[in-house]
Amino acid sequence: MNLFCVGLSHHKTEVEAREYFAGHVESDRALRNCGCNEALVLSTCNRVEVYAAAESVVPTEQIVRCLARAHTIEVDGHLGAFYRYEAGDCVRHLFRVASGLDSMVVGETEILGQAKKAYEAARTTGAASRYLHRLFQRAFRVAKQVRTHTEITRGAVSVGSVAVDLAQKIFGELRNCKALVLGAGEMSERTARALVSRGVADLRVSNRSPERAEAVALAVNGRAVAFDQWLEQCGEIDILITSTSSEVPLLSQEKLAPVLRKRIDRPLFIIDIAVPRDVATDVNALDGVYLYDIDSLQSIAEQSLAMRREQIAAAEEIISQHAAEFDQMIARGLNCPEKTPDRPAIGKNSLRTSEL
Amino acid sequence: MDRYLLIVSTACFLVAIAHTILEMRGGIFRPMQFNFFAVGIGFIFQTAFLSIRGGALGRCPITNLFEVIIFVAWSIALFYMVVGPAYRLSLMGAFTAPLVVLLQLFALLAPIDKPHRGRLPANSWLEFHASISLVAYGAFALACIAGVMYLVQERQLKTHQLHSIFYHLPPLTELFAAITRLLWWGFVLYTLGLVSGFFVGEPLPWIQILCASGVWFLYGLILQGRYLHWFAPKRVAALCIIGFSAALTLLWGITFTAQTHTP
Repeated sequence: MNLFCVGLSHHKTEVEAREYFAGHVESDRALRNCGCNEALVLSTCNRVEVYAAAESVVPTEQIVRCLARAHTIEVDGHLGAFYRYEAGDCVRHLFRVASGLDSMVVGETEILGQAKKAYEAARTTGAASRYLHRLFQRAFRVAKQVRTHTEITRGAVSVGSVAVDLAQKIFGELRNCKALVLGAGEMSERTARALVSRGVADLRVSNRSPERAEAVALAVNGRAVAFDQWLEQCGEIDILITSTSSEVPLLSQEKLAPVLRKRIDRPLFIIDIAVPRDVATDVNALDGVYLYDIDSLQSIAEQSLAMRREQIAAAEEIISQHAAEFDQMIARGLNCPEKTPDRPAIGKNSLRTSEL
Repeated sequence: MDRYLLIVSTACFLVAIAHTILEMRGGIFRPMQFNFFAVGIGFIFQTAFLSIRGGALGRCPITNLFEVIIFVAWSIALFYMVVGPAYRLSLMGAFTAPLVVLLQLFALLAPIDKPHRGRLPANSWLEFHASISLVAYGAFALACIAGVMYLVQERQLKTHQLHSIFYHLPPLTELFAAITRLLWWGFVLYTLGLVSGFFVGEPLPWIQILCASGVWFLYGLILQGRYLHWFAPKRVAALCIIGFSAALTLLWGITFTAQTHTP
């Protein structure tokens, strides 16, 4: 039985091409009709891939035709964008995909959920059987191990999630935190939504235009506060998100210091995503105030991404060992019992030994 | 023979430190479980040492500076075992181990393990007074460690330089809550120790009373300042470190005067 994978991803193709070949309801049946004993379509916003097991070689062109969403699509013109991995390379590729190593944002974990969903769908319809079952179950285990034993998923990599992560590092549970959104821009609304999704229940919105403040407050399930009261609110709130279009800083050390005297033992986390900035940089020097502007958030996101990249080698080692074992298992036949230790014997510094 | 147990115990704490350093060099820092077990095994050996020494003396083994230091180190490990995991501060192991190693190495290397001439008279009030005060020192030590953790995290948050360790520290407000709890534990136990000192039945040297009252006053001031908002959390954390350093120095003074006044 030949295991293979045919697909295209964000590495080489634009979203339009991925849309053309995102598969359709008949793809499973079409794949079986063209000679695949087992076939599974993994279709996400960043990739479209077919994992299949077949007794004879199925040409890439046939697979691509099964994925095309319309008969009018010129398949030949797109064939060059598709990659094909056979046997061990296919196994290794799936392990890398499931572990988030092939993702646009290295280490993202959403792909694992999508792969599980695709596998479940194929299993339910009978499109995935013995070979793909073993392959995907192993891929899920590898992904889990990579996530547990390396720092590949460590740290947030987008501005919004960095802000929310920092809020959690300061306050722990966000349920009892009060947040004020100053200025009702798209970015601040998005950050406010992220905070609400992590538990912030008391959200206030203040804007020069009361109507806009009301609208945003309604959208994020908060309440509007008059613009001339926002400074007083700083005595009560824990998180301040500012994104006004003011040309001069709205908040300075002189303005904030008297307000903080009432709340000396509670930190204040300020997220200033306005350009030009709404908060003077000297505010960060105040005790208990943590000021982050868009550049510092971006820089942390980049640091996290760099940290994740540093972990790629360790993740690749885990993948290589599992891939080699899986290859041996396929060579011996699937009936042989799996020899899959939870702890792969790999080099120093590559695994979190404390976890093992 | 009992000193070998102490050497093994110190080795356990050293393993915890070495593990932390290795993890940090590898850019990974997640010492929770490993450190908890390393400190736990070290604590068992400490307990074994104190039991054997106590059995030989026929009383609580705090008769000289050597034993006092080991008792404090044992109290620190005890509070770590009890308080650390309960407040999800297992990372404290990474910070606890160096302090315990420092204390134990000093005790093992310095010529301070001088046996008393003759058998000391048993006085249950005196033993209670001394031991409860030393357990309070354990709580103060852990408050000091939590203070270091607080300042490390605070500094990284202020400077926007987040290192690997940052992601494994407990949230700032939870750390501050833990510092407050530990200060309370230490303060209540120390007050008990201080009060029980008046029931010892023999006059204590005035310098001892002065030093003990000084430590009590210092921690009372920190707690007072914390609740009356005199000090910001960062200053409370810094005061915990200063307070424990001062308390250790005074403890040395108390033990020294106690030894010179013991017949």
